[in-house]
Amino acid sequence: MSDVPKIELRDVHKAFGENRVLAGVNLKVMKGESLVIIGGSGTGKSVTLKCILGIEHHDSGEITIDGTPVDDMDRRAFLRHFGMLFQGAALFDSMTVWQNVSFRHTHTHVRKPLKKKQARELAIEKLRRVGLAPEVADLYPAEISGGMQKRVGLARAIATDPEVIFFDEPTAGLDPIMAGVINELIRELVEELGSTAITITHDMTTVRTVSDHVAMLHGGLVRWSGHIREMDTASDPYLDQFIHGRAEGPIAAVR
Amino acid sequence: MYILALIQSFLASIGRSVLGLCRSTGSLVMFALTTVSHLFRPPYYPGELVQQLIRIGYFSLPVVGLTTLFTGAALALQIHAGGSRFNAESVVPSIVAIGIVRELGPVLGGLMVAGRVSSSIAAEIGTMKVTEQLDALTTLSTNPMKYLVLPRVAAATISLPLLVAVGDVIGIFGGSLVGIGRLDFNAATYVQNTVNFLETSDVTSGLVKAAAFGFILSLMGCYHGYHSGRGAQGVGRATTNAVVSASILVLAANYLLTEVFFR
Repeated sequence: MSDVPKIELRDVHKAFGENRVLAGVNLKVMKGESLVIIGGSGTGKSVTLKCILGIEHHDSGEITIDGTPVDDMDRRAFLRHFGMLFQGAALFDSMTVWQNVSFRHTHTHVRKPLKKKQARELAIEKLRRVGLAPEVADLYPAEISGGMQKRVGLARAIATDPEVIFFDEPTAGLDPIMAGVINELIRELVEELGSTAITITHDMTTVRTVSDHVAMLHGGLVRWSGHIREMDTASDPYLDQFIHGRAEGPIAAVR
Repeated sequence: MYILALIQSFLASIGRSVLGLCRSTGSLVMFALTTVSHLFRPPYYPGELVQQLIRIGYFSLPVVGLTTLFTGAALALQIHAGGSRFNAESVVPSIVAIGIVRELGPVLGGLMVAGRVSSSIAAEIGTMKVTEQLDALTTLSTNPMKYLVLPRVAAATISLPLLVAVGDVIGIFGGSLVGIGRLDFNAATYVQNTVNFLETSDVTSGLVKAAAFGFILSLMGCYHGYHSGRGAQGVGRATTNAVVSASILVLAANYLLTEVFFR
């Protein structure tokens, strides 16, 4: 395995006006690894992902993918091998489920777009992979439940067998059983595709199910990082408070 | 000391407002330039353009048609009432035609479409922003400016002149219904007066105005939707701002274009 990290953040800073969200974040994810970023609300987890994707531009520091700084690389070329599951699934309301899943195959101009029939078949195959019946393909996102929307979002994220997948709060708003199903699916899919994954979550069940490594963000910095096996025995008081959900501790309850 | 602080605070609030206005204007101009620049940079989404032509153009036909029909009818009555004071009732067909084609067709059509389309675009794009659909488009290697903004702006800029052309005909027809039916004009004379009096420049200036209004109203919808705040309140505010700013800018642009064409 190459020693070059798939994704690396070095001393990344990002502020919105006076609000300093990232204050020197250092992170490293090796190829094929699954990193879970945990931390309270407003600690910069989503901003970290958006900086890697280029949706937000970091103020200073360096973000590299396969050793190349993201500022020097063709962002569209990177995004071609990338998938993301958004917190609310972010499905396009005006399109049917199958059109959402095969969006990249029908709208991206880099590859030759698929014909409608092929794109629909591919979407149905991906839907089946995430446990959805072919009948769902012709429904609109508003006609299916939140759990099904998450699965459709997952099917869209894996539609091109991406090298890198990001999961933003994959189980937020789901009941425990559906959350368990989504967690298992994420683990299976990441292993099956051999993808590098970064997940951000508050849900400790998700952390324990999908992660190889864990990083905790607090105060704009990586407060703790390590292997999932080391998490429960780590002595960091911030991590200890967070993973046990204690109201008392160094992290103020009201932020 | 207290008065000095009060004056300072007053001046500071004016300064903040001016800076805010400059920032918003700059941001809007950059947004417009970026949108136009995408016209010359593929990829293009013709399917989206066709869809927007239908949504913005075709589905606005009833609104524009009814607006100009009743405006033409009312205009005929008003001109007849005003003209009768000077024994100039015969000017009804020509003034209705010129009023509709040069001014009322494009302006009222533009305002009605601003109400219908700017709000709908702002609400749609604003909701897409709030629900992270814009971010999702980016992660799917699709530039939202190319996929969402350009087709809407292009469709409105193409549709408005066509809508106004149809609206002009309907407006003149509305005037003729009143003129012939209520004011006892001879049908053949009414039509002849209308056709003889109108010049090509009257029609083209109205259509150029309409294209400019189409660009403005769609751009305002896209801009406010794209910069919508969070939550339902943010989208609601974006929608209101889109309609208000589109309407005001349509009226301001109408004055400027009238100065250019008819001075």
